[in-house]
Amino acid sequence: MEPIVQTKNLAVGYNDEILLKDIQLKLHRGEITALIGPNGSGKSTILKTITGNLKEIAGVTYIDKDSIKELSGRELAKKAAVVWTERVKAELMTGWDVVAAGRYPYTGNFGMLSERDKEAVERAMTLSGVADLAESDFNALSDGQKQRLLLARAICQETPVLILDEPTSYLDIRYKAELLHLLKKLAAENQVTVLLSLHEVELVKKVADYVVGVKESGIFCQGKPHEILQETVIRALYDLDEEQYRFWFQRTW
Amino acid sequence: MKHTRIVMTFAGLTASLLLLVFLNVNVGSVSVSPLDTFQVLIGAQENETMYNILWKIRLPRLCTAAVLGGGLALSGFLIQTFFNNPIAGPYILGISSGAELTVALVMIFVIGKHNTSSSLLLIGAAFCGALLSMCFILMLSARVSRASMLIVGGVMIGYICSAATDFLITFADENDVANLKSWSLGSFSGMSWDNVKVMSIVVLLCFVLVFLLSKPIGAYQMGELYAKSVGVNIRLFRVVIIVMASLLAACVTAFAGPVSFVGIAVPHIVKLLMKTSKPLLVVPACFVGGAVFCLGCDLIARTAFAPAMLNISSVTALLGAPVVIVMLFKNGRMG
Repeated sequence: MEPIVQTKNLAVGYNDEILLKDIQLKLHRGEITALIGPNGSGKSTILKTITGNLKEIAGVTYIDKDSIKELSGRELAKKAAVVWTERVKAELMTGWDVVAAGRYPYTGNFGMLSERDKEAVERAMTLSGVADLAESDFNALSDGQKQRLLLARAICQETPVLILDEPTSYLDIRYKAELLHLLKKLAAENQVTVLLSLHEVELVKKVADYVVGVKESGIFCQGKPHEILQETVIRALYDLDEEQYRFWFQRTW
Repeated sequence: MKHTRIVMTFAGLTASLLLLVFLNVNVGSVSVSPLDTFQVLIGAQENETMYNILWKIRLPRLCTAAVLGGGLALSGFLIQTFFNNPIAGPYILGISSGAELTVALVMIFVIGKHNTSSSLLLIGAAFCGALLSMCFILMLSARVSRASMLIVGGVMIGYICSAATDFLITFADENDVANLKSWSLGSFSGMSWDNVKVMSIVVLLCFVLVFLLSKPIGAYQMGELYAKSVGVNIRLFRVVIIVMASLLAACVTAFAGPVSFVGIAVPHIVKLLMKTSKPLLVVPACFVGGAVFCLGCDLIARTAFAPAMLNISSVTALLGAPVVIVMLFKNGRMG
């Protein structure tokens, strides 16, 4: 099967300085791919490049066979939606307003919502369990609630590809579980392709169909979770000695 | 509930606008009755003094205050959106002072020497100065991450430009500076109908363009990353916003000199009244709000200690600066 997102010899970085190179990624429809690796290894840089926020320094990224460079902003926005990890300031906006911002690529010149847009917003809010936050002031909500509203925003963008930059960062265990469950559901039922970066290696097995390890100058390893989640691979990826590895991954109860 | 607030705000702004227009026409050292005003407007006024007071002084001044006030508030709103900083504005970031410096230069070295004066030349000069200051601010904002440091940097740029303007005025020819001095203190007075025409065209065109950009401005309020992810052309958008904000601030400075705090206070008050930050509503409300604010301030400047006139900036600062202080209290965690 043809991958929906593919990078060929992609090099990423800031201001023409290469941080990671020779990135070959293939994301398939309905699959969840997890990016893991040490802090500062460049997971977010890859995501920012694939979403067009950073220029590709070399190589190409294809979504649905089109190079993202040749797609207009609106066309790209209909293919891939994103949830970033940076905190969002949304002055005087309700939960509904934040989610509805995801309809931007579909609305007219003044951004008025059609009935169909409103239905999409409601559906996305119900799906991510934030229907009751429609009238709430966004800035007054907890980090977990904000995160789920931003996810609803990405869902109502109705894209085949969903990209999430460390979506579990601000969530407690229950919301992490809910989020991962929802992503699996979207992938299985709606054939959404998910690419997410994860801090927690422990979560990879629960959610990912495919794992990509990022370290130093490029892709360190990639494969099925059972291939990557091995003591040797993980220790090399995160520079853990045997004792540290034991300490972290030993059974707690 | 939400709609009522918005309708009430627009109704209130419109009513205030009409009331202030009425007061600005009729109140002053010579009080004018509404009947006289009506006669002037239809061209049937026979009393020449009355005609001159209204047609040559009060009406152009009123239009100037309204148009430039609206432009200034809009400029402030754009700059706040751009820097994602609620207390940024054309005056506090030194953009008005940059425009002031170049206008003073042009007044002394071009207009003073060649005895020509044109609105467009002044706007052009002011625009260059505003853009120069804006470039410094942009360079600064790329290096400092704390919002408060950006403001401090802007205030410093403002001081430098004002000091340079003062030097120019002090050492310039006595003949050149008569107008310059009163202009550099800030005032809506002394405008001809030609001036009013030019400023109205510039400001209204900017207003229409900004209003048409309501949708991307709304997306940008959630941050650059999210704006990009829904398809906003960030590069083009940033350039357009910078040019619009500078042009509006430049136009105000070219005609009225530096006018402080309108750009910060008005957008904030308007958003609080409507309890929304949607640009589709905030942009027009800011424009009308700015007009109302400046008409009110100008009325106070004219009449509070008549026949002495206050600088417009003294009045706008007195009413606008407390708004900024309130915002600082409310928003104490700004970095």
